Order: sequence, then C-alpha cells, then structure tokens
Amino acid sequence: MTRHEDPSATVAPTDVRHELDGEALLPQLVAHLREHRTRLRQEWVGRIQEAHLLQAMTAQEMSAETTLVYDNYVEVLETGSVEALQHYARDLSERIIPRGVETHEVVGIVLLLRDVLARSLFEKYQRDFALLNRVLDAYEPAANRIANTVAVSFVEERERVIRQQQDSIRELSTPVLPVRERLLILPIIGVLDRERARQLTVQLLGGIRTHRAKVVVVDITGVPDVDESVANHLVRTVDASRLMGASVIITGLSPEIAQTLVTIGVDLSKMNTIGDLQGGLEEAERLLGYAVSRDDGNGGP
Amino acid sequence: MNGGPRLFSILRQGPYLIASIHTALDDSQLVRFQQDLVERIGSDRARGVVIDVAALDVLDSFASRTLRDIGEMARLRGAVTVIVGIQPDVAFAMVELGMDTGRVVTALDLEEGLAELDSCLAAPPAPRT
Repeated sequence: MTRHEDPSATVAPTDVRHELDGEALLPQLVAHLREHRTRLRQEWVGRIQEAHLLQAMTAQEMSAETTLVYDNYVEVLETGSVEALQHYARDLSERIIPRGVETHEVVGIVLLLRDVLARSLFEKYQRDFALLNRVLDAYEPAANRIANTVAVSFVEERERVIRQQQDSIRELSTPVLPVRERLLILPIIGVLDRERARQLTVQLLGGIRTHRAKVVVVDITGVPDVDESVANHLVRTVDASRLMGASVIITGLSPEIAQTLVTIGVDLSKMNTIGDLQGGLEEAERLLGYAVSRDDGNGGP
Repeated sequence: MNGGPRLFSILRQGPYLIASIHTALDDSQLVRFQQDLVERIGSDRARGVVIDVAALDVLDSFASRTLRDIGEMARLRGAVTVIVGIQPDVAFAMVELGMDTGRVVTALDLEEGLAELDSCLAAPPAPRT
C-alpha cells in the first residue's frame, strides 16, 4: 500500500513523531476506537435512527447488531486482511438479509459508521493538523475498502439468495399429475417466462411418454399473463404433443391472456381450450370414453 | 438405388402392415421405403399401416414430407396410416421447424397405433381435433 510511504515522503525526517507514521498509526487509532467503543457505538446508533435506517429491527436487535458490526469493523481496520473483510461482509449480509434490510440501508449504516469514526478522529487529533492528515491517510483507504466490500458482498449475497429461490420455485413449478389412466394434469401457477415454458415442454412431452397419456389438461388459471414468444411456445408444445399422439386441452385462460393472444395474433385454431379445469376434466373423460355418474343416479357431467 | 441392406422392415399383422424404421434413413433409402410400403399395401391388401419411428432421434423435413406423402398414397390405395413413436425431442424439433404430419394420424406407440387403426376402421375416420 502506498500509505506506508506517503506520510514519510511528505513529512520531514526530523519530525519527532515520525515513528508514528505508516504502520504505527493504525494500531494507535484502533486502540482509540476500542477505548471509546461504547460512546462511539451509541453515537452511531443515534445517527442510524436519525436517518431512519434499519427500521425493520427492534431496539435489542439493533443494539446487538451494531455491537457486532462495530467490533468486526475495528478488527478489519486493525488486521486489514481481505479474508477477514470478506468474511465479515458475508456474515453481515447473511444475518441481515432475512430481516428485510435493503441495500441502501446496509451501505448507509456502514458509511455512517465510517463518518462517526472519522469525526472522533478529527476530535482527537484536532490540535495537530499534520498528524490528523496522516491518521486520515491511514484510515480512509481502509474504511472505504470496508464500505466497498460490504456493499459488493451484500449485493452478491442477495443475488445468491434470489437465484436459490428461483431454482427452488422452478423445481416445484411444473408438476405432472396423472389423474386417471392416460390422463394427465399440468397445473401451472405463476409467471410463465421463456425458461419455464421450455421446462414445461420437457415435462409435458416426457410425461406423455412415461405415463402413456392420451389426453393432457394444462391448467393456466394461475398464470397472470403471457407474452408472444411464450404463447407461441405453448402452441408449439400442443402441436408436438399431438405428434406424440396425445391431445392437449388448455383450461383457465384468463380474460387478459385471451385478449393478449388474440391481439398478438397467435394461431390458436388448433388449440382445444375450455373455460375451467372442471370443464377440461369432463372433456378429457369424454375423449377417453369415461362416463362418470353419481351413485344416486342424479347425473354427473 | 436399391443397393445395400434394408434399414427398415415391413411386417404383416392381420389386416395391417407394421413398418419399422431401424435407423436414420438417407433420402434414397426413404424413397425405397416409400416404394416398398406403397407396393406392399396393394399386395397384402392391407387396411391400415403403422409406421414406427421410435428408433429415430431426428426427423428432417424430407423425412417428414415422405411420411406425409406415404400417408396420402396409402389412403389412395385404401389404407389408413398411423405414425407412432415420435420421441419428445423429435416432436418439438419438428414443430419448431414448422413440419408436421399433415392429415396423418399420430399415436404414442405401436399398441396405441393398432388401437387407433381399429377405431378408425370400425367407424368412418373423423377429423381429429
């Protein structure tokens, strides 16, 4: 780091405090921050509350978290090791993401801590401007590095969590359910994006093969909207199922989807659609030759 | 054109012919397949034909057009054609490339295809939905 050399370059060698330069300054200021830990931490908490950050946390949580963060912060300042820094940032993110903390809050509190500590350094060294400059030379890069790393790892951690959740949603998202012999249901819930539509095709065609299905009811009641490419994909999947000898019945088209499909001009002439899942199942049973009747003889479908 | 071993078989099963393609056929072999099959429909007085393509992991546009043509020719010679065993990947790839089997009926496998023929011949063929 250049901070080892810069102070000695700007300060005359005859300066009596030159042994405090570089390496020696950081332990000194760490000692200062440790000594005034309670007061600085409280000041920091005050600033956090003033800025209306971390409002998702209770007072006890806030106190526990800030103590931990403060100690970690000072430790990283002291050791300056990248591993400790990354470990600290990851640890922090892991703890606070589940509590619904936003990115700007995390960056905000870390910057606030940096400012609070910087201010206490101003206070301590205000009588010696040259020394203050060198202290800040040592402190600022380290503090900025901490802020930077925390922000980056927080975002990374969030993205990891999002990816993980997307994966698990995807795994759960397209079950293929055999209802009767040769009859499958595919209920689809949630947004159908390109990737899910692709997965749906794989599941549907594979399901037709393994269950030897003749009729498949695809229920899209739970799908809020589709775009053109997904709609076309759906039509192609229906065609492909027909090539494998199965008929597909689409049920539960919402008014929005119906309007979208007609407006964007998807060719639906070959699609067999029925209003709701109940009607779809009745039609499927009719296609398969089932006649369902109630015990009391009062009809059925 | 008629050289080399045949890569398909045409078997008689009651009033039906079962034509299995064993491996990917090139264009000349497809033509040979078409000729043999259309000829056999007449000589065996077949009422229905099942073409099994389960062994194929790819069906190009010429192959699917040939299959569709065979279906038409068979109809002209008095037989119903069912194509069976199209693999999931093949089915989707065909649709992606805008190919289909036209008016030829498809079924999952041989058993399904024979059942389909039974029902087609029991009742006059209805247009599929």
